[in-house]
Amino acid sequence: MDGAVPPQAGPRSFVHRLRDGDEVAHVVTLIFASLILLVTSLLVFILWEKSQLSRAQFGWSFFWTSVWDPVFSHFGALPFIYGTLVTSVVSLAIAVPLGLAAAIFLAELAPRTLSDYIAFLIDLLAAVPSVIYGLFGIFIVVPMMRTTIGPALKHTLGFLPIFKGPNYGVGFLTAGIVLSIMIVPFIISVSREVLLTVPREQREAAMGLGATRWEATWKVVVPWARTGIMGSVFLALARALGETMAVTMVIGNDPKIAASLFAPGYTIAAVIANEFTEATGDLYLSALIELGLVLFLMTFILNGLARLLILATERGGGHTS
Amino acid sequence: MKRLHIIWRKSLNVVMLSLTGVAAFGVVSILFLILGYFIYDGGRSLNWAFFTQLPKPTGEVGGGMANAIIGSFKLLLLAALFGLPVGLMAGVYLAEFGGKTFAYVIRYTVDLLNGVPSIVIGIFAYALAVQPVKHFSTLAGGFALAIMVVPITVRATEEFLRAIPNSLREGAMALGASKWKTIASVILPAASGGILTGMLLSLARVAGETAPLLFTALGNQYWSPGWSQPTSALPLMIYEYAISAYDDLHRQAWAAGLVLLGMVLLANLGCRLVMNRRGVRGV
Amino acid sequence: MRKILLGLLAVCALALTAPAQSGTVLLNAAGATFPAPIYSKWFDVYHTAHPNVQINYQAIGSGAGIRQVQAGTVDFGASDGPMTDDQLAQAKVKVLHFPTVLGAVVPTYNIPGVTASLNFTQKALAGIYLGEITKWNDPEIAKANPGVKLPSDDIVVVHRSDGSGTSYIWTDFLSKASDEWKNKVGKATSVNWPVGLGGKGNEGVSGLVKQTPDAIGYIELIYALQNNIDYGSVQNAAGKFLKADLAGVTAAAAAAAKEMPDDFRVSITNAPGAAAYPVSSFTWLLIPAKIDDAAKRDAIKAFLKWMMADGQNYNEGLSYAKLPKPVVAKEMKQIALVQ
Repeated sequence: MDGAVPPQAGPRSFVHRLRDGDEVAHVVTLIFASLILLVTSLLVFILWEKSQLSRAQFGWSFFWTSVWDPVFSHFGALPFIYGTLVTSVVSLAIAVPLGLAAAIFLAELAPRTLSDYIAFLIDLLAAVPSVIYGLFGIFIVVPMMRTTIGPALKHTLGFLPIFKGPNYGVGFLTAGIVLSIMIVPFIISVSREVLLTVPREQREAAMGLGATRWEATWKVVVPWARTGIMGSVFLALARALGETMAVTMVIGNDPKIAASLFAPGYTIAAVIANEFTEATGDLYLSALIELGLVLFLMTFILNGLARLLILATERGGGHTS
Repeated sequence: MKRLHIIWRKSLNVVMLSLTGVAAFGVVSILFLILGYFIYDGGRSLNWAFFTQLPKPTGEVGGGMANAIIGSFKLLLLAALFGLPVGLMAGVYLAEFGGKTFAYVIRYTVDLLNGVPSIVIGIFAYALAVQPVKHFSTLAGGFALAIMVVPITVRATEEFLRAIPNSLREGAMALGASKWKTIASVILPAASGGILTGMLLSLARVAGETAPLLFTALGNQYWSPGWSQPTSALPLMIYEYAISAYDDLHRQAWAAGLVLLGMVLLANLGCRLVMNRRGVRGV
Repeated sequence: MRKILLGLLAVCALALTAPAQSGTVLLNAAGATFPAPIYSKWFDVYHTAHPNVQINYQAIGSGAGIRQVQAGTVDFGASDGPMTDDQLAQAKVKVLHFPTVLGAVVPTYNIPGVTASLNFTQKALAGIYLGEITKWNDPEIAKANPGVKLPSDDIVVVHRSDGSGTSYIWTDFLSKASDEWKNKVGKATSVNWPVGLGGKGNEGVSGLVKQTPDAIGYIELIYALQNNIDYGSVQNAAGKFLKADLAGVTAAAAAAAKEMPDDFRVSITNAPGAAAYPVSSFTWLLIPAKIDDAAKRDAIKAFLKWMMADGQNYNEGLSYAKLPKPVVAKEMKQIALVQ
């Protein structure tokens, strides 16, 4: 039998233990697991180190400078942070109500088999590559925004500052819409699972007290699953923040801060994708990498919060997505 | 007064519940809409040339994406070669050998890596695999994708290994098998269905990634021989052609999109069906 | 079953790892989108004539071309904006500029209901891109186009989002046309645009202009022609409105040909002369002066020689002007400097 060693008195030396197949397996798998740790640390290190020039040059003012000028080597992250946040907020504003409503339907109302099938289809949506959404965005959403959605919004809500200004088809709103389609599957998927974990007694108790189905759901079940749902929202947000291809194809690529949602904008991920290979000058490249570091930090914090929240609802352990 | 209140609550009930149904079906219809457009526009443009020819010079009509299809295939091969073993081994470690603290750290790091935006992974791969050797390459692209394959694989491996009941382990050990032999010949095969589907899902995910390839694989008009030359890939071509002004290129972008979408959906569908049949919950 | 799978895998591996046939020289180049149509034509034709030389050209923008040449990650680059002294200093090797073709940058527009070809004064273009002229029926535009009914729509300005030599040429021209532009924005491959949407590559800009009503953008002549987008006439230094064509570009180059600096870095925008099209430019290949790989070096030198002779015959078919003969003669001498 492999690895069978007769019992001995006293501890065995490391080398001796190594002849034991189990120890080898342990060490080997440990090495691979540590490799992941190594790569991640290296990633953070490289981001930190290569953004050194920019951090030294601009310091904290990098965060509130709104100029991005390669000619005069004046770089600031504000327009990109703004764009990233605005598109993400717009996408959440669309996806959260939609996603939560759909999740409620799937968890509470639909018969289990139908619910499973639809959840399955929605998971497929989550698997669609970003560039496909971009393609769909350029040829379908942008013209629709320009000819239908934009004018309709201007007609009804045009007095609001967010709907003022010219409508090009590309811009914050279009990017937000495309992003919302991309993140809604995550919200539905996780929320549905979390809602399904709410004990049946809760619903029954509420209805026993005379609540309508809706009241029971909205006032009892959903609040019970509140933290898990928030976790799904944070997860979706983290995905939206890091989204590159779909956004750069429909946002207009203009590093400006504008109140109107019809205006073109720029996000951190999009500017890195567009300008990285051509950043002449070490400071320029360093500024772009600093932007990457900022994005990394933002998604890191959000992902962390999301996981904590989701775990908090799932009393009794187990993992969700 | 009380009657009115009840009527209000009842109507609200009906309205809100129907809205949720509308929302659910709305989301599903979007999927069908997207699929439909791709099948329609992409299907029209798929022809034999698409699969067998190289791209034509800018502005000329015709040509295909044969090199992009092979390029994507090669990149996926590299991602699988580098990423899957790491993911598998790390998953085995976490499920079978891990202690408390270190395993926790590893899990946390895996989650972290999973959340890193793909463009940032691209920067990392550029710094590590392109700058030092001074050229763009398939290897660099494969490296970037491999990093993205690891987290999903680790998670799938760990989950499915954990799902195997301890009785199996104990039985094997009672028969005298050592731990590693138990894992290798009993546990892993038992969990193999789920693990393989996890691997397939991770590959399907990176197949569609564009951002990490922008500064690693770069792109290529021709065939990319070997592994150290820049290579074309389906997502890169879709991006390049979609933003161009030529209708012919748009046509080809839709076709490529259909191919990519088809690949990804088929992989996902296949995995889900397999997992459902085995009665295991989705990843 | 397992054996079949393993066998299949082995065959795949062999096929995929097959190195290029011995003797094949693979060159990777990246840069300008401005000459991308003629370059991709050239590299295609050259490859057919010399199957063992394969030049992979990625049109990722002049800025990227310069950057990758500086970093040494490509074998050579291409740019429509000559490298500045700073950029040359940052390169790891000395870089030589080789002019390849002459092209024109044209203002293209998409105004619903307007089919006439518009005239643009220098002030009009500068004003539009500065964001000071915002409507199509602005007097500055209208006065140069009597008889054309211009709508009162807002102008949608489009520029390049990536670092571009085409942008360099355009901003170079605007800097000469307007002091305000020169001081406020400057000329470079990538500037801080006062207004406008960004499109990626000449393709992206022409795509945006084509799809967006009331848009104006600047693109290389051939993209306008290939996509049937209207382009306007620009007022030159002598005050005449010229629509870009080969004759106009060649006239602009005529003066430069006589006084070509040794490093070939010259700007011919706003050239003097009644027949000179004001937004013309050379475009350059950026070749490292020192190439260690002998096969690559020879291939590049051979290509350059071909390009200056046979290659030039393809220019006019794609609406690029040929290099003036004195320039070609001078370039041939520079080839010797590539070692």
